[in-house]
Amino acid sequence: MTDLFSKFDALIAERQALLDTGVRDPFAIVMDEVKSPTLAIIQGKPTILLGTYNYMGMTFDPDVVAAGKKALDDFGAGTTGSRVLNGTYQGHKECEEALKEFYGTEHAMVFSTGYQANLGMISTIAGKGDYVILDADSHASIYDGCALGNAEIVRFRHNSVEDLDKRLGRLPADAQKLVVLEGVYSMLGDIAPLPEMVAAVRKHPNCMILVDEAHGMGFFGPNGRGVYEELGVEKDIDFVVGTFSKSVGTVGGFCVSNHPKFEVLRLVCRPYVFTASLPPSVVATAATSIRKLMHAGDKRTHLWKNSKRLHAGLREMGFTLGTETAQSAIIAVMLPDQEITVRMWQALLELGVYVNMARPPATPAGTFLLRCSLCAEHSDEQVGDILERFRAAGQAVGCIG
Amino acid sequence: MSNRDETFAKVAEAIEPFNKKGIDLTEATTFAGDLEWDSLTVMDFVAAVEDEFDIIITMNMQAEIETVGQLVDAVEKLRA
Repeated sequence: MTDLFSKFDALIAERQALLDTGVRDPFAIVMDEVKSPTLAIIQGKPTILLGTYNYMGMTFDPDVVAAGKKALDDFGAGTTGSRVLNGTYQGHKECEEALKEFYGTEHAMVFSTGYQANLGMISTIAGKGDYVILDADSHASIYDGCALGNAEIVRFRHNSVEDLDKRLGRLPADAQKLVVLEGVYSMLGDIAPLPEMVAAVRKHPNCMILVDEAHGMGFFGPNGRGVYEELGVEKDIDFVVGTFSKSVGTVGGFCVSNHPKFEVLRLVCRPYVFTASLPPSVVATAATSIRKLMHAGDKRTHLWKNSKRLHAGLREMGFTLGTETAQSAIIAVMLPDQEITVRMWQALLELGVYVNMARPPATPAGTFLLRCSLCAEHSDEQVGDILERFRAAGQAVGCIG
Repeated sequence: MSNRDETFAKVAEAIEPFNKKGIDLTEATTFAGDLEWDSLTVMDFVAAVEDEFDIIITMNMQAEIETVGQLVDAVEKLRA
């Protein structure tokens, strides 16, 4: 029978064929209990979490949890309203104040998710006749922001400064342009050459730059603002988009900027206006977490140590990794095909390590990979266990000697 | 060769490295159906064509282009 779902038949068949080989479904894991930022119980087994983006381990921070409980008591379970109607509470403003302080900007706008922040910013500020120029490996939320808006969309090859420069040069000089970059690209964990890219953009007229620091916030740069701070291009970035669902440890999204007309976006940005605002408990946990992240130097140091140790250890075992060195807190283990990737993923899970499996079209160039994201709360002992289990799983599956 | 024939020849040349199945190219050859390209192949190919002709084929335009002939027409128009 043909109906609207027929277009998914190939995917349904591919998935079924994979599951018929007896493997567990990598996209249907249930965390039965979560003990800490780094440990969960999955099907009765204590499992080290190595695929959560919980970089700074703030999910169980006692101050953060206490702030959420208090807001739940004082303000209730939800706002049931849009930010522009009844959905802006004192907590939402406080969260925006925390962001302004963290980023040193004049303005901050909190969205209900990071996805909506990109969706809203890109679709609203780039309109008909304007151009959005984006990296080919951009996150889905950036692509979807382009699809929602009416601008002309131009892609350049991943992280290629020359490609970006050439494409900007071919666009009409008088047209307004928004260049969208990411500090850390989440599939391979590589970072953008932002100083070179900013220099290329500044050669062309009428360009603004938006940087998504979803995977950089908390541990790049002296204040933890992101890769753009670490690489010293703060003055050249017009908009920073970020999320609360990674280092901040809850859910939500935001954009910060010094643009004098920024506040008008609250009236015209549809993904901001036409959705309910975050619950009071969530903005309270976010604000508390953001303020603590300003002074998290020790945690940052430990996170970088963990990332470098895992990268070096896996490399020494013979795994192929997404980057030559540990550029971020994401380590991507590249594998040849879907079958080996799923077997490796399952072997790790059975040994008590959870990582993300990623496949096309989310991954670049048709690759299959296991994505590991480290946490500042992973102990030295846990990182040691992770390395041992990778060795055992890799040898069992036959992808290392 | 007319300008259009020349453009067709150059486009065909640009397709070759991505023509893994060795499909004979005509005006009516489709990228998704006949050549079976996925979105990543399309990205690489479009970038190559853009650089060959020093043009920009926006993603908005790409959405309207299904066949080799349509691409040749679009390239001709963009170069004009």
